Amino acid sequence: MQELFNIFVKSIFVDNMVFAYFLGMCSYLAVSKTVETSFGLGLAVVFVLGITVPVDYLLNFYVLQPGALAWLNPGFVDIDLSFLSFIVFISVIASMVQLVEMVVEKFSPALYASLGIFLPLIAVNCAILGGSLFMQEREYQSLAQATSFGLGSGVGFFLAIVGIAAIREKIRYSNVPGPLRGLGITFIITGLMGIAFMSFLGIKL
Amino acid sequence: MSAEVKEREPLFSAKNRKLITNPLNVDNPITVQVLGICSALAVTAKLKPSFVMMLSVIAVMTLANVIISLMRNGIPPRIRIIVQLTVIASLVILVDQVLKAYVYDVSKQLSVFVGLIITNCIIMGRLEAFALANKPWPSLLDGFGNALGYGWVLLAVGFTRELFGSGTLWDYQIIPQAFYDFGYVNNGFMILPPMALIVVGVIIWIQRARNPQLIEEK
Repeated sequence: MQELFNIFVKSIFVDNMVFAYFLGMCSYLAVSKTVETSFGLGLAVVFVLGITVPVDYLLNFYVLQPGALAWLNPGFVDIDLSFLSFIVFISVIASMVQLVEMVVEKFSPALYASLGIFLPLIAVNCAILGGSLFMQEREYQSLAQATSFGLGSGVGFFLAIVGIAAIREKIRYSNVPGPLRGLGITFIITGLMGIAFMSFLGIKL
Repeated sequence: MSAEVKEREPLFSAKNRKLITNPLNVDNPITVQVLGICSALAVTAKLKPSFVMMLSVIAVMTLANVIISLMRNGIPPRIRIIVQLTVIASLVILVDQVLKAYVYDVSKQLSVFVGLIITNCIIMGRLEAFALANKPWPSLLDGFGNALGYGWVLLAVGFTRELFGSGTLWDYQIIPQAFYDFGYVNNGFMILPPMALIVVGVIIWIQRARNPQLIEEK
């Protein structure tokens, strides 16, 4: 249990998707103009990462890994399908996003109204594919570990995007030099936030 | 068709040249369109991985643009995103296997970021905005131009970070030992990820100061 919690906290702070790996930067920069919309996108990312990472973990474990097909037939022990992982993961993500969108629309129209527009955007968000690829690279040992990694990464992205949106709302009243206005200053603020997050580096959990 | 062939424009007409030169500056994918930031920042601690990344993106993007442009009349609009993702993912698998075969150490350094070319928004963006509506040759130029515009920012960031962060370029020592004897110290901060953001921020600053039409409204 404690190990799961450690993975969760580590993926929020130490291995933050945005500040440590720059994943999901495109939507991070594009949708962070107001706190309200960024809140919606952040929630959608937590949601989708929490679903796709475990699903991709199962696929990786039972189909893609070297020797993973042995449960089907002992003769398949030598088969290594890991070169297919990109195409499998991205199709899982694209179809999962579609599925989640339909389920949410059916059962929770209120949530759909707040997440709706962001869900399709997420299919091409690199944080989601990155989550699955990191899960594969770090070789998590169980489904629970993969899930807590997925959820933690999502929460990390959520914190980052809500934080930058709040700062951008405030900075609208400041006198930023013309050429830096908008995109430039956002980059520099993100850099400074990243430096702050680096203080978590080296914390052993 | 034959009437069209007669009026065909030369391969490098002014319009086609613009497809390559515009993304280099006023329509740059990173600093103006804000696409493909993720991979641009993560691999630029050194010049060599930046260069390899640039080549991979050029290959994937040019080919993807041509392939989608060839298929543009046969793709049903409802499933076009899945088709595009499949084409890109297959090309990226090719690139990944080539990298693993020939430059294994760089491919290890790039780790998941080769895979993330799939979700690199420049590629999807160009496919959606250009290749779906244009002939193969202009699409090829457009893909090449945008990948090059992406590449030069990558190289500029990689150059700055490696020179000031490690005192080397392409792993060769550039800053002479004499400097270090006088007390010059490498700026270890440059190696850390957040500096990539600040370097790109400064590039945007310089570029917009030189092209005032790009400055954003308040």
